[in-house]
Amino acid sequence: MSKKNPEYDFKWCPGCGDFGVRRSLEFAMIDRLEETGLPMENNVVVAGIGCSGNLVHLLEGSQPYGFHGIHGRSLPIAMGVKMARPDLNVIIVAGDGDFLSIGAEHIGPQASRNLNVCAVIMDNGVYGLTKGQSSPTTKLDVITPSTPYGKIEAQLNPLELYLTLGVSFIASGFSSQPRPLAKLISQGMNHPGFSIIHIQSPCTTYNDTFEELKGNVKKGIEPTLWDIPDTHDPSDRAAAYGLLQEGGVPVGVIYNDESRPTLDQRAESIRQKANPKSVQELMDSFQF
Amino acid sequence: MQLRDFVIRFGAEGGGGIVTASEILAQSATQVGYHALTFSTFPSQIMGGPVWTQTRISVNPVLSAGDDVDVLVAFNQEAYDNHRGDVREEGVIIYDSGEFQLEDESRSLGLPLDDLAKSTGNARAANMVVIGALAQLFGMPQDDLDEFVTKRFTRGRAGDQEIIAANLKAMYLGREQVTGSGFSIGELAPPSMPDYEQVMLAGNQAMSLGALAAGLDFYAGYPISPATTMLVYMERNLVGPGKFAYQVSSEIESITAIVGAGFAGKKAMTATAGPGFSLMSEGLGLAWMAEIPLVVVDVQRGGPATGLPTKTEQSDLMACMFPAHGDVRLPVIAVGSVEECFYGAIKAISWAERYQGPVILMSEISVADRVQNILKPDISKVEAEQRIVHQGSNGYHRYSGFELSPMPIPGNPGAYMANGSEHDEMGDTTHLPERHIQMTERRFSKIKLLEEDEYERDQADQPVVMMPWGGTKGPALEAYNTMKEQGIPIGWFYTMLLNPLPPKLLEELKKKELVIVPELNYQGQFSSILRSQGVRAQSITQYTGLPFKVRDLISKITEMTQSHIKEVVRA
Repeated sequence: MSKKNPEYDFKWCPGCGDFGVRRSLEFAMIDRLEETGLPMENNVVVAGIGCSGNLVHLLEGSQPYGFHGIHGRSLPIAMGVKMARPDLNVIIVAGDGDFLSIGAEHIGPQASRNLNVCAVIMDNGVYGLTKGQSSPTTKLDVITPSTPYGKIEAQLNPLELYLTLGVSFIASGFSSQPRPLAKLISQGMNHPGFSIIHIQSPCTTYNDTFEELKGNVKKGIEPTLWDIPDTHDPSDRAAAYGLLQEGGVPVGVIYNDESRPTLDQRAESIRQKANPKSVQELMDSFQF
Repeated sequence: MQLRDFVIRFGAEGGGGIVTASEILAQSATQVGYHALTFSTFPSQIMGGPVWTQTRISVNPVLSAGDDVDVLVAFNQEAYDNHRGDVREEGVIIYDSGEFQLEDESRSLGLPLDDLAKSTGNARAANMVVIGALAQLFGMPQDDLDEFVTKRFTRGRAGDQEIIAANLKAMYLGREQVTGSGFSIGELAPPSMPDYEQVMLAGNQAMSLGALAAGLDFYAGYPISPATTMLVYMERNLVGPGKFAYQVSSEIESITAIVGAGFAGKKAMTATAGPGFSLMSEGLGLAWMAEIPLVVVDVQRGGPATGLPTKTEQSDLMACMFPAHGDVRLPVIAVGSVEECFYGAIKAISWAERYQGPVILMSEISVADRVQNILKPDISKVEAEQRIVHQGSNGYHRYSGFELSPMPIPGNPGAYMANGSEHDEMGDTTHLPERHIQMTERRFSKIKLLEEDEYERDQADQPVVMMPWGGTKGPALEAYNTMKEQGIPIGWFYTMLLNPLPPKLLEELKKKELVIVPELNYQGQFSSILRSQGVRAQSITQYTGLPFKVRDLISKITEMTQSHIKEVVRA
């Protein structure tokens, strides 16, 4: 409905990586619909604030439920939805500024909880919507409007952060590969636990990294993207760390631990053993 | 002399169990038909620091903790020094003579509490020695106490009998000490056991029960004094099918998690205090904007920032009504007694579901921590409201028109965008001026759904009236009853519903020459809200971290009514 809504006035810049991510997410949700038979309304997409957050308005065809909340809080909003209704498929869409700066405090707790949601993170290394300020994934020394003399803090490696915090499924992807990316998102949605699909989704206006990522043979530029070889065992945590030390941008599944119960499973097992009192019994316990 | 009303204060170093002592005293009194209320205040630390607690026992229902102390139990010199001034002239001071000596105090009775306790074989029975001594001082029959102690310590464990015996022995020792001393306070008038079922509980417990009775599904919270007991209660008891209670990692997570749960169709709530409430500001604006039903309980404490975490105050009213940036004015319910904690919670959840938005339920330490006997609420008569839910198909416009539209629930047809950005009827982001006008008016128009004429009034034709709010209700009502007896011309108004105010109440208040608002804050927050609505309101303020004394209220209100009459005559 949204794309044809004349009142909706948000647009991405031409060539924005988020177009590809949107396409991938649509693929993944349609695949899920076909596989499970569950209606599109069974999906809830919780968006952060920023260019990427507007993805939730732009989906074509039948609609998932959407929540366009406040900056940095997509994770706890998603937790509320998921723990209220574990039967829903809850997806987060957010950018590097939203998820890794103002919202970073929520990643650790959700990883410990193994909240069963899939976070689709679009990393463009910049605050696009506010016009080009530096973000946690902007490189050291880079000049931006908010770092006129060069950025003086180190570039964050989000994949290492996720691994360290205990996120149970971590994949890395690229916005210009919609089909392979859709597959990673599907794997994330099907993963029992907290999954993050971290995607390089360049900003053509403020931080165009397409050439750097893909390389350019004519200019002799080597691509920074590289496919994770089939020999990598994603269940091996040490191997996952090793992979991240090799530099560049690995593409594929980095880490996958399916052995941990999810937060909603743990809550359910408590319900089974708690044997709670009725409100009447609770009231009676105060009678004298 | 027969006593109808009796106040005992305990003063000690924190961690010694005097909160328990005052509650045991209250419980044993209510068990035999008296009414009782406790009050406690302490510094913000686990152990140590000066703590005092107070129990008021009466043949009538108790409204406040009581101004004057009949018996002070001082466990150390500091407690004696701090509280001796509050003991009335004919009162008695019991002190721990194992701890310090009082040479020049004729009203005092020293008891070597630790030695006496140890002689029972249970070193922790010192409190029971004190209770025995108190029971003897005001002639409370031992039979009832025997029964109480036996009940309390029968826990189905091997050592029960020994513990009961030691505690009973401790009580007898306390009694003996007083008998030998010649001290007496008089005799408590016989109780008249109420002819209705009663429960004895703290405000936070009553509020938790009210929320459960209203069908609460989802609770997220973060530990903070004095709201923590609600989190703990919910974690234990909100665990049935489809229910969830959880300690999250900050108040930002609390508010946004319940926003998510409310959006997903659940009755959701959190409870916090000042600092946590401040962190919820943006999330509350989101719930208002996206039209998500939820309840936030603010158990007020003192001061801004960390302030006075364990002291009582009513200084969050403005923050609760206007918690967020932008055009926001939230519905506010403030409770003034343990009973109102229960019914206020039901009302708050019903309001949230009815108007599909956030509701603030205000409490405060003096109500939340107070233990009191009340008429047992009838759970079977609780009628909590349910949300009006969209039952139709897809392609639905959730934010259509004014006032209310049925809310779609994820999983069902009617998918929409719940949006914290300004949006059109489908929930899509927009910047059109006419849309912002319509949506702003839509959000405010929903408040009308909450207008209800529920309020108390007495001598309502008086041109000068008093109207407290929240926990000040107790001492203010006691002051009012006394003034009414004395023939001081003053009327009484009270409501839990602070926003929107009951329309008929507001109409009545606007006709008054003067509305006196006693409240525990510096700025006179409620009177300024009333003035903004056209009421000639003036505050009596206090910001000591303690509740009003009835005596102070009577003298200040009397003074205000008299100077008002003089002004009128002069005019």
